[in-house]
Amino acid sequence: MLSRRDALRALAGLGLAACDASKPKRGILGVGERANERVQSALLGDHEVSAGDITPADAFPVYHVAPGIPMPPAGWRLLVTGDVERPLSLDLDELHKMARTDARIEHHCVEGWSAIATWTGVRLSEIAKRAGARETEYVNFRSFDVPQGGTVGYASCWDRESAMHPQTMVAYGMNGAPLGPAHGAPVRIYAAVKLGYKQVKYLTEIQFISKRLGGYWEDQGYEWFAGV
Amino acid sequence: MMRPPQPLAIRVTHWINVPIIIVMAASGLQILVAYPNFGPQGAQYGWMPQNFHIPQVLRIGGWLAGARHVHFACAWLLLANALVYLVYLLASGEFRRRWFWPPRDAGSAVGAALGYLHIREAPRQRGLYNGLQRAAYTGAVVLGVALVGSGLSMWKPVQLHRLAWLFGGYEGARAVHFLSLVALALFIVGHLVMVAIHWRTVPEMITGGKPGAHEGVE
Repeated sequence: MLSRRDALRALAGLGLAACDASKPKRGILGVGERANERVQSALLGDHEVSAGDITPADAFPVYHVAPGIPMPPAGWRLLVTGDVERPLSLDLDELHKMARTDARIEHHCVEGWSAIATWTGVRLSEIAKRAGARETEYVNFRSFDVPQGGTVGYASCWDRESAMHPQTMVAYGMNGAPLGPAHGAPVRIYAAVKLGYKQVKYLTEIQFISKRLGGYWEDQGYEWFAGV
Repeated sequence: MMRPPQPLAIRVTHWINVPIIIVMAASGLQILVAYPNFGPQGAQYGWMPQNFHIPQVLRIGGWLAGARHVHFACAWLLLANALVYLVYLLASGEFRRRWFWPPRDAGSAVGAALGYLHIREAPRQRGLYNGLQRAAYTGAVVLGVALVGSGLSMWKPVQLHRLAWLFGGYEGARAVHFLSLVALALFIVGHLVMVAIHWRTVPEMITGGKPGAHEGVE
């Protein structure tokens, strides 16, 4: 027998709940996101941006999912793993010795605000080259920013093209100073082509992978591509 | 053959627009709730409202990610509907009797406005629309273009940076997007009031009306 609940669910599946905003990855809204993703991917180019006036330090919002500002574990190193010829384990000194890049970029938060800073670091494409990363479709970023009661740190998975954009970097500096704990020290991902929640702070690992993963906010329903 | 006052393409796109605009506006307001301020962090615009409250009843989508999905999915319907409307209007020549052309319509617009304000007797209507109607409907189309252009600029401020530049960058586009919505809401209120006064226009927007119905009026 078809229960009333199942019948309702079936009806809903055909009708309105196919557009259920509490589960935006499913139904019509999911189709919409995937269509938008193709458009975003097609729009993505490798031109670089340069933004205007720098946001005062105290006005640049600070976001993390841990209850307090996450501090790096003792002996922190940045791991580069996955489909790579030479897995890397880099400390801050080794990153400082690599070719440096700077970019002044407008930050776009999914909430709607924007802020501008100059970021200094190493191009992710440079790190990929050094690790001998194969051209995997995805790049995953993991962090030591762990929510209360959680075991897995904040993470986000990107399309390869955005990760290899010339302004996508592992940043260790902000506005000419070393990156502070509030903004993701020791290093974070920074890029011109993604919304803020894709730009993982408190970075621990970069994984070159062929399987698409979600992420902290993506798994809760936010868009996966989230390009700007 | 004479065209009816409201040709099929215009009626269909008009009524499709009703739910689309409601959903776009309400999901847009839900998105705005996440950050109801204008201007960059640390340099917010003094000339825009800041930190204001948006009543629950005006919102669709429940939360930020839900509203964004609704907004971006529905935006394609809006764009498709708008393109059908614009292509039809241009290809059929309908724009000539609908769009505001100051040398022709400015005098009639002022006359009609003074008539509504009971300052002077309104001039007799010639054709489908008077100058004031043309100004209002053309204004709504301009607002639609501003909403779509500023919306695309907020969605892709980097990839569509030239478009965003036209609106003053990401923050400028955000302000234009919101102000255009407010202006469109005012237009809709005015539109509904005028439709209530001239209620005979409602069946015309449903059936199309009698071909040539308004053409003979001198």
